[in-house]
Amino acid sequence: MREPFLRPLAAAVLLPAALLTACGGESGDGAGGGASGGSTIKVGVLHSLSGTMAISEVTVKNSETLAIEEVNAAGGLLGKKVEPVVEDGASDWPTFAQKAQKLIKKDKVATVFGGWTSASRKAMLPVFERNKALLWYPVQYEGLESSPSIFYTGATTNQQIVPGLDYLKEKGKKKLYLVGSDYVFPRTANKIIKAYAKANGMQILGEEYTPLGHTEYSTLVNKIGEAKPDAVFNTLNGDSNVAFFKQLRSAGFDAAKLPVMSVSIAEEEVKGIGIDNIVGQPVAWNYYETTKGRANDTFVKAFKAKYGTGKVTSDPMEAGYNAVHLWAAAVKKAGSTDPEAVKKAAAGLSLDLPEGKVTIDGPTQHVYKTARIGVVRKDGLIDEVWSSKEPIKPDPYLKSYPWAAGLS
Amino acid sequence: MTAPGTALRSPALRARLRGYALFAAVALLLLVVAPLALPAFRLDELAKYLCFAIAALGIGLAWGQGGMLTLGQGVFFGLGGYAMAMYFKLHDADGDLPDFMVWSGVEKLPALWKPFESPVVAIAAVVAVPVAVAAVLGALVFRQRVRGAYFAILTQALAAAFVILLVGRQGLTGGTNGLTNFYDVFGRDPEAESTQRTMYFVTAAVLGVLYLAARQLVKSRFGRLLVAVRDGEDRVRFLGYNPATVKTVTFAISAGMAGLAGALFVPVVGIISPSLLGVVPSLELVVAVAVGGRYALAGAVLGAVVMNYAKTEFSEQWAGGWLYLQGALFILVMTLAPKGAVGLYEQVKDAVARRRTPERPVPAQSVQGEAA
Amino acid sequence: MDSLLNQVPIGLSIGAVLLLVALGLTFTFGQMGVVNMAHGEFIMAGGYTAYMLQDWAGSQAVLAALPVAFAVAGALGWVLERLAIRHFYGRPLDTLLLTWGVSLVLQQAARDLFGAPNVQVVAPGWLTGRIEVLGGALPYARLFIMALAVACVAGIWLYLSRSRPGRRMRAVMQNRQLAEVSGVATARVDQLTFFIGSGLAGVAGVALTLIGPVGPSIGTYYIVDAFLVVVAGGLGQLRGAVIAAVALGMLNSYAEFWTDASLAKVIVFAVVIGFLQVRPQGMFVLRSRALT
Repeated sequence: MREPFLRPLAAAVLLPAALLTACGGESGDGAGGGASGGSTIKVGVLHSLSGTMAISEVTVKNSETLAIEEVNAAGGLLGKKVEPVVEDGASDWPTFAQKAQKLIKKDKVATVFGGWTSASRKAMLPVFERNKALLWYPVQYEGLESSPSIFYTGATTNQQIVPGLDYLKEKGKKKLYLVGSDYVFPRTANKIIKAYAKANGMQILGEEYTPLGHTEYSTLVNKIGEAKPDAVFNTLNGDSNVAFFKQLRSAGFDAAKLPVMSVSIAEEEVKGIGIDNIVGQPVAWNYYETTKGRANDTFVKAFKAKYGTGKVTSDPMEAGYNAVHLWAAAVKKAGSTDPEAVKKAAAGLSLDLPEGKVTIDGPTQHVYKTARIGVVRKDGLIDEVWSSKEPIKPDPYLKSYPWAAGLS
Repeated sequence: MTAPGTALRSPALRARLRGYALFAAVALLLLVVAPLALPAFRLDELAKYLCFAIAALGIGLAWGQGGMLTLGQGVFFGLGGYAMAMYFKLHDADGDLPDFMVWSGVEKLPALWKPFESPVVAIAAVVAVPVAVAAVLGALVFRQRVRGAYFAILTQALAAAFVILLVGRQGLTGGTNGLTNFYDVFGRDPEAESTQRTMYFVTAAVLGVLYLAARQLVKSRFGRLLVAVRDGEDRVRFLGYNPATVKTVTFAISAGMAGLAGALFVPVVGIISPSLLGVVPSLELVVAVAVGGRYALAGAVLGAVVMNYAKTEFSEQWAGGWLYLQGALFILVMTLAPKGAVGLYEQVKDAVARRRTPERPVPAQSVQGEAA
Repeated sequence: MDSLLNQVPIGLSIGAVLLLVALGLTFTFGQMGVVNMAHGEFIMAGGYTAYMLQDWAGSQAVLAALPVAFAVAGALGWVLERLAIRHFYGRPLDTLLLTWGVSLVLQQAARDLFGAPNVQVVAPGWLTGRIEVLGGALPYARLFIMALAVACVAGIWLYLSRSRPGRRMRAVMQNRQLAEVSGVATARVDQLTFFIGSGLAGVAGVALTLIGPVGPSIGTYYIVDAFLVVVAGGLGQLRGAVIAAVALGMLNSYAEFWTDASLAKVIVFAVVIGFLQVRPQGMFVLRSRALT
């Protein structure tokens, strides 16, 4: 046989390099599209459109594009249309980092809306910080972060976990069992829960983590049955929730017998779990499709008109929608899309959004949010049963809570 | 590649010279043309593909030449990557704890991390750890004559277990987030364009050197023995060789390449995380090798670069479609062209050669035509 | 001590799930050397069959879906065998990659047909209760799965040992060439084996709707475990598959009970790798003098 080694190598490298070069060519003219000059303002929308996270992130992408359309329908920004550049993070954190780089450097976007998992945010963070660019992150997360390059429009722990605990305490639940998927958010959340429990005379009977995508919960249900807690605090993620609730219920634990407070189950997930398996269980968020208010009526109506009446709206979707409107308002106020100017204008900015009045907290770049506890109803939507009286000031490091000293 | 010279009478010599000329052309393209023509972030992307190409080269060696279908190459990629990243993290922390340990509630630097304070240890570990793990695993498994599909499934289970372990020990490994946010890569800012450019050159150079070394290995006695083991393990044993040793050594070499690839990946992309190392990414690497052509080392490189490039491009256009395309491409390649692109190219070339000049070697022009 | 005993039925029920997902593979892998990575997607097809049948069978869909899913998944497997796999005999590693491509296409197809989120399959009312065993609650759903696993094993055993096509199947499994020269139409047997093996995956998929999610990615959750059972049990060995599934189920349940779910998985993998050191061909081996 002849040596087939080298020639194909040439092809191996020539072909993609040639293609890359072709792509590189466009970037020359792309420079005008961004903040300076051009007829549109480009913004990046960076979510997983493929892979395991696509199921959740696509919905946020949808609400963000809806908000961008609304901004354009209202006359655009600084006399220009806003043009979304949608990219796929592919549920792979390094891809998020590289796509962020592409959006900033090639497309020269004014800002990026994106991410869902903490891992994707952590992967993008250095890219935004070093390039002095701006990211709007729309999902509740584990706190302990406050990057000057990120605006967090989802809840931090004191706007979701802590109110969830307050609610359980109010209901007289003293003995808790902690169940979570094995990653950063549940582990951090549980650290906070343990500190809270210690300070409030509650007892933690067990703390269990299962791998992401785990579907076998009989042993865990057995352990919970043995421990006899008053309530479970659930930070499981994704498909694991389906298996957990199905197996919990078939072992005889329903909402009346054992309340399970969940912080990662929204309207979207209820159907897949099976409404029967989760009906009556409490969840903690800042927004539900049923939340009252004119801004929410508009949002829900517009969303269903665009994506179908069968679609529901949920907290992360609303936070993504909010992010776009908050950014647009800040740009208007600043008269520029320059990240520094936008940041300055955003501090203290307040808007009426689907979840109510939302104000940006300048120092932390998080937002004031109303905490809401809901209960899953028979039709799969969620009814609010408790809410904080006013929007809670974001406190990502829990500095204002004495019991949380030493956590961060 | 000019007209067949009068001085070069031997076809073999001519073929070899042409080979070197092509290698030089590729090197020129990678080291001069691409850096000049591509904007920084595209060059960075190309560097990422080249990292995968290095790992793919190892798979080409183990699978294409040695017949060991390893579905756990992500493990070795990860070991190399984490070894490198641990050093960067410790260097950034400068005596304190790395950031993720703080928020994971770790109070004292774990003993496992201690050695990685030294860059020398870290860089040595990049290759040594994967090689050692593969050598031990290989020695155990191959001696017991676990092979074929059994070996494939075992390595796949290894990848699955490795990821679960990485994710589960968050205080030690950073969990799902992995290790990221490095400020100082050997005295440079990893996000700076100049650093990315340098990293690109380093990666391309490593790939080139490893490619030549692997090729030399394949052509050596050892390489022929390896192919013999692939094609008839029992027969090799009857001839008095120990196939287990041959396989173990090759497996360890391929693991070392994967480790090196992982280590380069860290400064190039700025992150190492479990999402890169599990069952699916490991399989995707193998897929790339199969599409490129498993029996030729260049096929492995070709496959890794083209498939990863296609993935990036395609997911920008039509996200869900990538799975269809990848799946369909794969089914087609396996059924119609199991030797991959390189095999297809060889077939076409042979057909052309047969039709044109039944006896003489193929003119270089047709080669160029195919490559362009 | 109570809870220690509790884990016995749990271990058995995990074993039953493992057995159901692995049973079909034992034969496609064992007889034909086909490493079918799309087996997980046949499981998925079973789950979606139950989902589709809800429209007319209502809450009894799970029961109605068992035979239908067997046929649907079996047909999928048969088509796969006809179109592609039959060209691959003697190249087991290539089938692994081929079927992986198939599994990607099927996953995305499910996403486009049924949407990315999980769908709801309502369990029949008579499966919602539970009984007390050894001080713990054993849900009817789990009992149903165990019974189904036993029924499948019994069915396969009868088929293999008592029926004519079953005998042919064993003949091909033991020595393909010899069977062929003895007048067994191996191609036909292969088709049938693939139909049955894939059909069993469909049945498993229906059963899994009772305890887990029904969505495009469920196949990926079970495939690695299923292969471990087959590898540990020995190719084409019904006995081996049963024992391996139960043993791994027990190991899983106790390892998780004493440690945690993550570590339990790692322990299971480690034990299988260790076990293969002792018995590289699995628990039971088809004796053969042939060289590979």
